[in-house]
Amino acid sequence: MTSLPAQVPGQKKLGLVIDLDTCVGCQACATSCKEWNTQGYSAPLNDRNAYGASPEGTWLNRIHGYEVKAAEDEQSRIVHFPRSCLHCEEPACVTVCPTGASYKRAEDGIVLVNPETCIGCKLCSWACPYGAREYDYDDGVMKKCTLCVDRIYNKNFAEEDRIPACVKACPTGARHFGDLGDAESKVSRLVAERQGYDLLPEMGYKPVNKYLPPRKRSNEKLKAASAESEIKSDGKSRVEDFFRWADRLLSR
Amino acid sequence: MHPAYSVILFTTASGAGYGLLALLGLVGFNHGPASSLWFGAVAIVIALGLITLGLLSSTFHLGRPERAWRAFSQWRSSWLSREGIASVITFVPALLFGALWLGFIAKPQWIGLAGLVTAGMCAVTVFCTAKIYSTLTTIRQWHHKLTVPVYLAFALATGAVLLMAIASVFGLYQIFQAGLAVVALILTLVLKYLYWRQIDAEPRTRTIEAATGLARAGEKVRQWEVPHTAKNFIMNEMGYAVARKHAVKLRRLVMILLLLTILVTVLTMPMPGLAIPLSIIAFLFATAAAAAERWLFFAEAQHVVSLFYGAERA
Amino acid sequence: MPRMTQPKIDTSLKTWDEIKTTTCYMCACRCGIKVYLKDGTVKYIEGNRDHPVNKGVICGKGASGIMQHYSPARLSKPMLRVGERGAGEFREIEWEEALTLATTWLKKVRAEDPKRLAFFTGRDQSQGLTGWWATQFGTPNYAAHGGFCSVNMAAAGLYTFGGSFWEFGEPDWKHTKYFLLFGVAEDHASNPIKIGLGKLKERGVKIVSINPVRTGYSAIADEWIGIRPGTDGLFAGALIHELLRNQKIDLDYLARYTNAAWLVIRNPGGADDGTFARNANGEPLIYDAVIGRPLSAHRADTSPKLVGEVILVDGRRAVPSFMLVAERFLADDYSPAKVAEACGIPADTIRRIATELARTAFEEELCLNIGWRDWAGRIHDKMIGRPVSMYAMRGISAHSNGFQTCRTLHLLQIILGTIDVPGGFRYRPPFPKPAPPGIKPAGKPGQVKPNTALPGPPLGFVAAPEDLLIDAEGTPQRIDKAYSWEAPLAAHGMMHTVIANAAKRDPYGIDVLFLYMANMSWNSAMNVTETTGHLTAKDEKTGDYVIPHIIYSDAYASEMVHYADLILPDTTYLERWDCISLLDRPISEADGPADAIRQPVTEPDRDVRPFQTVLLDLGARLGLTGMTNEDGTPRYPGGYEDYIVNHERSPGVGPLAGWRGKEGVFHGRGEPNPKQLERYIENGCHWFYELPDHVKYYRHANRDYLEWATSFGFIGKPEPIVFQLYLEPLQKFRLAALGHGAIVPPPVHRERILTYFDPLPGWYEPIEESLRDKTEYPLHAITQRPMAMYHSWGSQNAWLRQILGRNWLYLARSRGEAMGLQDGDWVHVTSATSRIKVQVKLMDGVNPHTVWTWNAIGKRSGAWALTPDAPEAKKGFLLNHLIAELLPERDGGYRYSNSDPVTGQAAWYDLRVRIEKAEDEPQMSAPQFPVLTGFKGVAGRRRRV
Repeated sequence: MTSLPAQVPGQKKLGLVIDLDTCVGCQACATSCKEWNTQGYSAPLNDRNAYGASPEGTWLNRIHGYEVKAAEDEQSRIVHFPRSCLHCEEPACVTVCPTGASYKRAEDGIVLVNPETCIGCKLCSWACPYGAREYDYDDGVMKKCTLCVDRIYNKNFAEEDRIPACVKACPTGARHFGDLGDAESKVSRLVAERQGYDLLPEMGYKPVNKYLPPRKRSNEKLKAASAESEIKSDGKSRVEDFFRWADRLLSR
Repeated sequence: MHPAYSVILFTTASGAGYGLLALLGLVGFNHGPASSLWFGAVAIVIALGLITLGLLSSTFHLGRPERAWRAFSQWRSSWLSREGIASVITFVPALLFGALWLGFIAKPQWIGLAGLVTAGMCAVTVFCTAKIYSTLTTIRQWHHKLTVPVYLAFALATGAVLLMAIASVFGLYQIFQAGLAVVALILTLVLKYLYWRQIDAEPRTRTIEAATGLARAGEKVRQWEVPHTAKNFIMNEMGYAVARKHAVKLRRLVMILLLLTILVTVLTMPMPGLAIPLSIIAFLFATAAAAAERWLFFAEAQHVVSLFYGAERA
Repeated sequence: MPRMTQPKIDTSLKTWDEIKTTTCYMCACRCGIKVYLKDGTVKYIEGNRDHPVNKGVICGKGASGIMQHYSPARLSKPMLRVGERGAGEFREIEWEEALTLATTWLKKVRAEDPKRLAFFTGRDQSQGLTGWWATQFGTPNYAAHGGFCSVNMAAAGLYTFGGSFWEFGEPDWKHTKYFLLFGVAEDHASNPIKIGLGKLKERGVKIVSINPVRTGYSAIADEWIGIRPGTDGLFAGALIHELLRNQKIDLDYLARYTNAAWLVIRNPGGADDGTFARNANGEPLIYDAVIGRPLSAHRADTSPKLVGEVILVDGRRAVPSFMLVAERFLADDYSPAKVAEACGIPADTIRRIATELARTAFEEELCLNIGWRDWAGRIHDKMIGRPVSMYAMRGISAHSNGFQTCRTLHLLQIILGTIDVPGGFRYRPPFPKPAPPGIKPAGKPGQVKPNTALPGPPLGFVAAPEDLLIDAEGTPQRIDKAYSWEAPLAAHGMMHTVIANAAKRDPYGIDVLFLYMANMSWNSAMNVTETTGHLTAKDEKTGDYVIPHIIYSDAYASEMVHYADLILPDTTYLERWDCISLLDRPISEADGPADAIRQPVTEPDRDVRPFQTVLLDLGARLGLTGMTNEDGTPRYPGGYEDYIVNHERSPGVGPLAGWRGKEGVFHGRGEPNPKQLERYIENGCHWFYELPDHVKYYRHANRDYLEWATSFGFIGKPEPIVFQLYLEPLQKFRLAALGHGAIVPPPVHRERILTYFDPLPGWYEPIEESLRDKTEYPLHAITQRPMAMYHSWGSQNAWLRQILGRNWLYLARSRGEAMGLQDGDWVHVTSATSRIKVQVKLMDGVNPHTVWTWNAIGKRSGAWALTPDAPEAKKGFLLNHLIAELLPERDGGYRYSNSDPVTGQAAWYDLRVRIEKAEDEPQMSAPQFPVLTGFKGVAGRRRRV
């Protein structure tokens, strides 16, 4: 099973599109993921030493913060950067798995770990460039983003709620879920429109998840406006000018 | 990468075991039925013991050791699976070889073939082990053409020194054994030296900018906040970074230990009377060298995920 | 070996057997949540799609509610102190004993002098009840946490335009085209702001963030203005300067909806100087340019002048108030070139922002084809919008100039014509209210009587010295000195001064300090060391504690619990009834009023009781009128839920506005409905009343809205709300300070009143800062609220503390490098008050004169059921230790509280510090306090899902 399923034309590729221009780093996706998955397919996600000196738990989604600075800019920007499994088309985490516990689903491309057969050798975590796989010290198996496979097809939910917990939670709407194999899907169009990109494309894993880059902050039009020089006038004439202008007929 | 002692123990012990076993196989191939039963018995038991110890130790590294058998299933794609299978399969010719050597099976004409197959399987197993590392594109220091040769060389060298030591104890010391060990040790030293030189010289092309994709207009990217102030598995496992100064010292230590092994081994040639203590000392030096080398192999390996956690380059 | 097949998995897992709706309490945002339960155990919490506040989303805190609910720090039984106060020695007692004891203490106080009870309730979401309880008890000494949170901004807004930022209004997310965001903490309107920002991003609307620190919302802003703390008013003033200078203001809007045209008397030295000229009916006057004489400002058919001096009939001189506004802001003091350095913003940037504001407001005018009727009955066929909106929070309020800064922001909004117009800043009902609201604080001398209720609520809006709670000598009547000369407009009280004042018996001593959900011995206190000293201070003569009894109710083992004498354990938010009432801070949307309930979704597994039920029980035991029947039996024997349904504040108006009347068909007003809670539960535990389109804007002057709001009881009369650019009440205080009128401040307070009670908006340097040597203390030190934590209680949460289990002091990379500092270095941070030792991190996105850290991450060792070596205690820290609760002595030895002089708002961010590398000591934050040992946590109830 660690061999990858054959790709068919029009292959469904479910994944996430994460808008780095909109993410404020609120951690909603991280904790929603944790609370769903600690009781869902991946249940439970461990938390060791939860109230002690060194708490340490398994999380399937973590939010980094980076400072990004262009040489010509005076200011840096902070970009919040959620990172979870990208459900790659060429996931080496799957092919290195000695037991077949790791697999890529043929029908939708979701990369999963079978918790019944995983031996916890951790090799998949070594093979993943994105840090998407975490070891659960209590269960002795690997845990990873399931794209909420137990939500997105879950007949107990209304149609609109059949989305990953992180997407449902995201208050700014910075996370989008859909079929990136379908060029006409909303997510694919978003990626095309906003030049969504792959993480580490040169590594050849072909991630399905895409990131939408922070938009360019264009102040060019506005810089022109600032060129309007300050009228050189003293306070008194400024006031008089203004009063002349303001002294017109108004009605309540 | 975090240098887990179980994995270090596994690869060094089983490396020496496979090296020894392979050489015994070749001895069997070369010499036909062995002259010394006890030497053969002890050497084979030590080889298989080291291999078994290594395999057991590697299962300690597993979260679910009771499911280890499942690892034999994915030989199509997984080098770890192949290694597991190869290691188990090796026991078949090896046990056969042992039985032939010790005369439990009275078909001496087969011992050569069994020895050859055993030696071959040993090489295959060590090769698979090395491939697990060398195929990981996520770790530049492992994804390297010398990773496999170094693994094989270390197995051969530690196996050869061990063979010499056991032979000495049984009074079977021959200059040829020392010669073989010296050649293997020099090969190891050269390969490892080249490996280090090459990984140092290789450009560290992967950057935090490229990983995050946030610098397409040439910006500089810095980690601002870690995702969690608490520890996590990824940082425990892949965030390990040895200080450069420390690494340089350890590298020097590995080379000195190998040189000492060579020196002591060479000394056995003019002083065969001291073969027993000298070869045992040589083996201790070789083992220490292998363990330190293996520790460094992990500690110096930088996983590409470290870029997301703030490393500037990998 | 055969190739394995892909395993079959159940993708329709149902891990729950029941889903209940309720309201989140992980911060002050109060989102609707759906709680998934299995055999009564909480499995999963998600946002409720139908809820007006969060529309299905949830934040990082809300989604961690499970771990709050199952926290080991939960209290489990009433406790009585047995050792010395603060030593952590308690014994468990039964509820009956606890309530009897509390009743004994309180009964005595009430019989002797009710004001010797100080009842303060922290992050209380039931102020509708707690304030009423205080009234019934008869003590004026009541407030919640508003005094150290937002009161100067709430007051500035309510006095200026009858609304405010925070929960009182919101940007028109749908229509706005330009958004200015000033210093926002994200624990109020947390999800609505995030949802709104997401909408702006979708439409490509420019977001400008003015904040010394570029994190959170500022991180995604199109432009970040890294302003120097405390200078926002100067920046806004310069924007006003530019708009006036370029004549880019909405004069019609000013004439129609503000007091810009009201005539201000110019009579220097006179008792009427600076007051509005009024006619015989007391109505303010404007000067009609057509008729050529003053007319009542209340007339609709006038053509008022906004500039030019006028001679009144009686010969007095007067000018339209707007002239004073214009003169102030056109002066050089507010020119971009002049303010640039103080604000740390280039003058060009200020000019450009002003140009962008003007362009958006006047060239991208918005027009909704919706007819409406103004206050005078005139029909308008469309709603004109100026699509510029603004929002501000703690970055403004935590400074001692916050009231005036916020007034200046509102002035900026108003001159652009953006209040409650399409694309602008919208009220959330029950706002707007008259500016200021008419309700006055009770508690004047003679109003506090033994065994008697107060004649009105303890909190209200002072409009003149006559409304102050002082005696003939000017002595404050409240323990916190709210509504005294020290803080006349203290609309939310001053919780942060209570403990220090009580310990110093200034203005008097108290017998019982009764606190709820307020971590007053730690992160809610300035100068923690001193505060814990106050809590344990003993009278030298008697050897008794200066504060004789401390009753504390909380659900968790906070630092404050350790200093209590009697602990009343509260439930978690998932175990209780609550109402998010329009009588308290509402959760309304701009499109209509909303309220909500909490219902218990699971039963407590400990011997705890909801605080509100306990309070009603105590009320009945004390025989408080509102809480007992005539025969002396409890009025609300069913506890808080009984009260929620059956209490009426005025006829037909109760805690909940939805489904009133016997049949549940009335909204707003109606008899109690015994099935009201069922109706709320059926509707997902909330009620939202969407207003029709014609009353969604211009509500300060929209007759149909005003009439409807009157019918709902939001306002007393359907009269327009006139924006007060010029604030006459402040002038009245100034006149008093000049010796005019019957009530004048004692000499010691006069200079301060004259300095700070300026009827015009404007800027002054934050007070503490102005008193410090800036060479010795070159840096500002402030905090930011992390998105995933709401004050101190997040640290007991197993998930949230992994995300943020300790804090660092952040400083500008340039400054850090110049000092030879690297990430992780230890430094001493020294203020005029104290010194702490912390670890630094360098970053780019911070004003170079500013250091900052995450708020309330540092914990005292042993608190919150964490192990004593928890990183929160050993690496984490509070800036609070550095902040003085009192300002330095003035002439005459008087020490003011470190607060906004108008409203008494705690001035957390006025702090100045210096930093020096610390090399010699252990790698641990300092100060460290003795380990708290009283509570080990709820044993054996650790959650394993």
